[in-house]
Amino acid sequence: MNIHSDTPLKNILCMSLFLFLPHNSLYANADSEKGYNIAARSDRSDRGFSDSVVEMTMILRNSAGKQASRTLQFKTLEIPDESVGDKGLILFRTPKDIEGTALLSHAKILKSDDQWLYLPALKRVKRISSRNKSGPFVGSEFAFEDFTASELNKFSYKYLRKENCGKLICDVIERIPLYENSGYKKQISWVDNSIYQLRKIEFYDRKGSLLKELILLDYRVYDQKYWRPHKLKMNNIQTKKSSDLIYDAYKFNLGLTDSDFVKGRLTGLR
Amino acid sequence: MSTSELGVADVYDKLDISGNIAFQLRGFTQNSMWKDQNTSDIESSISGEWEIRWQNNSNNQRVSFITFARWDENDKKRSHVDFREAYWAYQNEDVELLIGLNKVFWGVAESVHLIDIINQTDLVENINQEEKLGQPMIRLAFQEDYGLLSFYLLPYFRERTFSGPDGRFRSEAPINADNAKYQSSSKRKHLDFAIRYSHYFGDVDLGFYYFNGTNRDPRLSMGGVNSELLLNYDQIEQIGLDLQYTNSSWLWKLESFVRDGYADSIFAGVVGFEYTFYQVFDGIGDVGILFEYQHDDRSSVESITSADNDFFLGSRWTSNNMNDGSILAGFILDKKTSETFYSIEAKTRLKENFLLSLELKVATNSELGEPNFPQSRDDYLELQINHYF
Repeated sequence: MNIHSDTPLKNILCMSLFLFLPHNSLYANADSEKGYNIAARSDRSDRGFSDSVVEMTMILRNSAGKQASRTLQFKTLEIPDESVGDKGLILFRTPKDIEGTALLSHAKILKSDDQWLYLPALKRVKRISSRNKSGPFVGSEFAFEDFTASELNKFSYKYLRKENCGKLICDVIERIPLYENSGYKKQISWVDNSIYQLRKIEFYDRKGSLLKELILLDYRVYDQKYWRPHKLKMNNIQTKKSSDLIYDAYKFNLGLTDSDFVKGRLTGLR
Repeated sequence: MSTSELGVADVYDKLDISGNIAFQLRGFTQNSMWKDQNTSDIESSISGEWEIRWQNNSNNQRVSFITFARWDENDKKRSHVDFREAYWAYQNEDVELLIGLNKVFWGVAESVHLIDIINQTDLVENINQEEKLGQPMIRLAFQEDYGLLSFYLLPYFRERTFSGPDGRFRSEAPINADNAKYQSSSKRKHLDFAIRYSHYFGDVDLGFYYFNGTNRDPRLSMGGVNSELLLNYDQIEQIGLDLQYTNSSWLWKLESFVRDGYADSIFAGVVGFEYTFYQVFDGIGDVGILFEYQHDDRSSVESITSADNDFFLGSRWTSNNMNDGSILAGFILDKKTSETFYSIEAKTRLKENFLLSLELKVATNSELGEPNFPQSRDDYLELQINHYF
């Protein structure tokens, strides 16, 4: 990707501001506000869907090229208040030995999520620790936090630059996780300038080294407003393992309510 | 766009047929101890589970039908068939009504499932008491803002399964399982009932219940012409509590019950924790440490328990990789008798539809007259392969 500098006018403006200020805090604030605004535009353009259901296939590959797959269903209940996270329900369909296993999650923005796991063999509902947001999710290169971390207020932002990303032009934004127990020191995200969607994210581990790279592909629009990627490719740079997520068509506005996302419902999902 | 145009039901399979078939091989480390027991140290068996599930178009009714069967080489009583589930259920936003055979689990602890009471234990399956027989029930459950309130009517009682004379895991005197004694004159048809409330408050998950009916746990007595062990199913009232506090990597657990029945009131409890170290040793998995203390103040005239004054220490490893490998290993030490029971359970997926599991159960320091003595030569290593379809 090419690095494009900002407009000369803005550089001059910033420089002139710098001359009048004892330090460059305002410059940093302007960058973080710009970063936040771009992330907010991206996040909010996808909001208002109330609820969604989608079937998904996950393909896992290790460094030797060995492959395994899982299929699962994702249900989401949108909570309009941005200071509260969404509710999610993941139902496993394959591998067959874990069919019917379900994970219910009530996301919090900065605190640990509330999570319950349903084990169908014992018919047991178990409250689990969500401390492990950064660990591999069902053996994949995706961490659980990678699924929920698009929530706006989970990060602080810093605008970096504008550059080409494929045929599009992207704003490049650094985001620093603010939530508890993140596995990342920072992330660099690319948001395009035409439909304002995430195109790529680089994940840096706690030591600051590049850990993973996520490419988001096959964006489709629903109801002329909700954009969703249908193929996500995550490459672990350090272990050479990779995982792909391939989504079927989303369904929105199904009339799901809070009572579809309570632990008491986990025993009757299928 | 309206809900009906999209149709929630498109999302689900209407009819789902699945199941698995398993081959199990148990090797016992010692010769059998009692007369008539099969002298072979190797026991093979085959089991199968066949599941049919259905949901209607509007997703408010479902039917589940799960049949289980096992054939065992040595023990005729272990060869058996059961309907684990056979129910119809209706559910709307706040209410669920379920009629038929079903399985219900209550509890939080790992070393003992103390308060779990609705289903009878299918003990011939595994001495860990985690396999259950399908229980006929009518369940009415209300999902409210303040929690889940469930009412159970249990119109028919299932007797516990026990090894036959030729099987392992039995006492010297054979159990007469065909002639159980009931306190209630309605015997198996006594109408049991239970009410349970469960919810969570922040980091605390809480459940409690009241049960009134036939004790799932039979009291043993000597009798009959051949000095057999007779099974006595008493009427009991029981209040049970389960509590879990989840904080970061800690799970703090408590289960307790008070039971009124045959003799004096019984108080029993298990308390402990599970702490998990995530992604240890460069991401080879998660390692959990489990500790539990079991207490039970029942007298010797009651049904037998070995969980009276015992410590459990265990460790759980989950690989979190492609094959979802895991190991749970631990031991339970009886503080008074120093009987110690070791257990290792491990499993890994071999291929997409094959699961390999391994189990090791060893009891040591069992003296004559102690609860586990009759089975002290039944240490075994088990290998099992499941094929799912």
